[in-house]
Amino acid sequence: MSNEKNYDLVILGAGPAGYVAGIRAAQLGLKACVIEKDRPGGVCLNIGCIPSKSLINQANIYRSISRLEYMGISVDTGNLDYGKVFEKSRKAADTLSRGVRYLLKKNKVDLLEGTGKLKDAHTVSVDGTDIVGKNILLATGSRPKVIPGFEFDERLVLSSTGGLMMEELPKSMLILGAGAIGVEFAHILNSFGVDVTLIEMMDSILPLEDRETVKVLAKSFRKRGIKILTSTRAVSLEKKESSVILTIENSEGSKEKLKADKLLVVVGRSPNIEEIGLEEAGIEIEGGFVKVGDYYETSLKGVFAVGDIVKTPLLAHVASKEGEIVVEHLAGLSTPAKVDTLKIPSAVYCEPQVASFGYTEEKLKGEGINYAKAAFPYRGAGKSVAIEEPDGFVKVLYDPEIKEILGAHIVGAEATELIHEVLLAETAELLPEDIATMIHAHPTLSEAVMEAMRAVEGWAIHI
Amino acid sequence: MAEKIQMLALSPTMERGRIVKWLKGEGDEIASGDVICEVETDKATMEYESINEGTILKIIVGEGKDAAIGDTIAIVGEKGEDISGVLAEIERGREKEKMAVEGGSREGESRVAGEEAEEAKATATAGVSAGELFTARSTDESTAKSAARSITESAIESTAESAAGGIPSGKGRVKASPLAKKIARDAGIDISSVRGTGPEGRVVKRDVEGFLRAGSKSAAFGRTEIKEAEGLRGRKIPVTGMRKVIAERLSNSKFQSPHYYLKLTVEVESLMEARRRLNESVGKKVSFNAFLLKFVAEALKRNPQVNAGWFGDYIEYFPSVDIGIAVALENGLITPVVKNCEKLGILDIDGELELLIERAKAGKLKPDEYSGATFTISNLGSFGIEEFTAIINPPGSAILAVGSIAEQVVSIDGIPSVRKLMKLTLSCDHRVIDGAVGARFLKDLKDIIEEPIRALY
Repeated sequence: MSNEKNYDLVILGAGPAGYVAGIRAAQLGLKACVIEKDRPGGVCLNIGCIPSKSLINQANIYRSISRLEYMGISVDTGNLDYGKVFEKSRKAADTLSRGVRYLLKKNKVDLLEGTGKLKDAHTVSVDGTDIVGKNILLATGSRPKVIPGFEFDERLVLSSTGGLMMEELPKSMLILGAGAIGVEFAHILNSFGVDVTLIEMMDSILPLEDRETVKVLAKSFRKRGIKILTSTRAVSLEKKESSVILTIENSEGSKEKLKADKLLVVVGRSPNIEEIGLEEAGIEIEGGFVKVGDYYETSLKGVFAVGDIVKTPLLAHVASKEGEIVVEHLAGLSTPAKVDTLKIPSAVYCEPQVASFGYTEEKLKGEGINYAKAAFPYRGAGKSVAIEEPDGFVKVLYDPEIKEILGAHIVGAEATELIHEVLLAETAELLPEDIATMIHAHPTLSEAVMEAMRAVEGWAIHI
Repeated sequence: MAEKIQMLALSPTMERGRIVKWLKGEGDEIASGDVICEVETDKATMEYESINEGTILKIIVGEGKDAAIGDTIAIVGEKGEDISGVLAEIERGREKEKMAVEGGSREGESRVAGEEAEEAKATATAGVSAGELFTARSTDESTAKSAARSITESAIESTAESAAGGIPSGKGRVKASPLAKKIARDAGIDISSVRGTGPEGRVVKRDVEGFLRAGSKSAAFGRTEIKEAEGLRGRKIPVTGMRKVIAERLSNSKFQSPHYYLKLTVEVESLMEARRRLNESVGKKVSFNAFLLKFVAEALKRNPQVNAGWFGDYIEYFPSVDIGIAVALENGLITPVVKNCEKLGILDIDGELELLIERAKAGKLKPDEYSGATFTISNLGSFGIEEFTAIINPPGSAILAVGSIAEQVVSIDGIPSVRKLMKLTLSCDHRVIDGAVGARFLKDLKDIIEEPIRALY
């Protein structure tokens, strides 16, 4: 039995790639449907970006209690009901998930609930019903990566999902993996008074970010009492009744046993490419990801794959952009063949926030590219002092001859918002002087961006 | 709001009018229907009734001067209003018109300064020079300077120190990202000669880099290296450089000069025989075009009315015969000019031509080498074109289109014979050359071509 409607685009997965692609398709006059076996919005909305940001926000509010106390207000933190914090994060997720449902409906994109499986280049079978379309977009996302020996039970050994679904706080937590997710959890838990140890195999937390920005963050973390162990790997795990014992080994080879209430394993994510009919349909897999060419077309013509199932940065905004590229390409619009990785902003929402795009100094050095850098400390922008967030800086990497912006790295309050001004300059091929000479409102943190650009030009004022 | 009072068509056939007398002056209040001036048209002197209301803030076209339909002759508005913006607008429009129609300048000073720079700079100036492709002569120095300046500004943004990137395309401004502009500036290339592939045709970094990689230094006339024809399909290429100038100049010429065409077929046996003998005696191949130039020069000597130019309120009968010959370039065309043809022998003409054409193809022609043609020849014979009509190249008032030579059967005294024939089509500007005048010239030319000895007497 097949459907009556013949779709232009059948999308498997209603996460940031899928639902955005569906809406964009509708905007461009393509008839689309999105198939989702769980809740619209995918991991990002339901058990990822959104709930975590809600938790972070509440964690920040909780941290500001010390400021209330300074004002003479005594706060009894013993009454903290983490369950309520958790509830709010669910509320945010629910609201947005419903929002996605509404947006799909408003744009007349059919939302089909069920488990989809690829049958051939034009057919997806949803619980037995064939859905036919001209093109297919696979956007099934990813799930927390499992390390053998450290499997999730979501009680003692948590994945990020388990971490976000906790309704009670443990007293102590070991976090394995100090990428963005691990770092954000460290921030949340430590803010609420949990004893946190952050363990990372690489030689730095946030190993993909600029080293200088990370140094500022690490310093702040240590000051707060978050223990950081880098160049350390987990060897084995022992589960007790209501605690865990983790054996770790550092770079010198010496082992140590760490004890805590729970272990959070956030070492990466695995693409959801199993059981969706890829092998049978003949879609090539490479290195664990779906192999794609220009416009994210797979080896099976007419079938496209985007988001966490392809080997591009596992970020929601990347997934959305990839989905848009596929749809715009199918609609006949002129579009780049793929996302330019140097123009993808990365954002870590701990405090202080870390945001960046483009080259890091390490990468430039590694590739032998000549560059210059200019930095401006947050402290030089009056606002940061006024709001008691003076730590951090804005750093710009640029070509010394033509002053082309090669990368930007910001650590400090609102870094994740400030990064966009610099990213815009890079994308639109503006020069540092364009930002340096633009009037920025005073007092704002954005002035630090302006001054960093002035530093590029050699005339920063407030330093 | 200040408004422009424009010259209106007071008669159906009117194209230009001369302000004989202003009946209202600056500071006077006018109402709709008031007669504000008297205008002499092609037919008679007419009263100009205003359709605008307000106070006359400035008279733009004074008594005794003339204006084309649509030109601003005065500005009306509220007393004391600031009209600098409107004035600037009018000024810009005027300069553009001057460039297009009567050419504007010799640009001697500003041009020479640019050329004296090294090759890199030369390309930048050349991009500007492209703007002067068909510039006529003018002895007005101040016009020259200001006209040159306006073109310089628009074409070489690189030499101006504008920090804030001007992305929106105004008149003559190039849409390019600030980064692209900087790279172009540093490399000494004229960004207006780079084709843009960014948003809305914006020139972005990769375009400039591609341009540089393609060895653009020799692309003096804004010629980008689009060698592969398939590279063009599906692309939208902004109009810049030489293409822009050709478009402007030739449109203006076509739309403003009332073209009419005279066609004549000439027998070329005698010419070819003469050429053969000459080549033998001098030991080199004198080009066919050199002969054409020489004969046309002769015919023009006998018909000076055809060697003239329209300048609005006067016609100039040029003192020398400077003939331009159209040369095809990779992405456009240019007309190098052989000056004083009427004084040069055919061998000299041939030598000149050879040199000029070589330089034209290398993109190394100097402005005075491609400006000021009093008459132009365009020969598409080698492309197999039998006959065609060409567009007059100002400041001249006529252009000769030469077709291919073909053997045809003709009737000679009633007997069918085979002759080598060539079709000539003369385009004339009726404002300067009336039918009979053009016909006489063409007949003289035919006589000379068919009997070269006639060039002697």
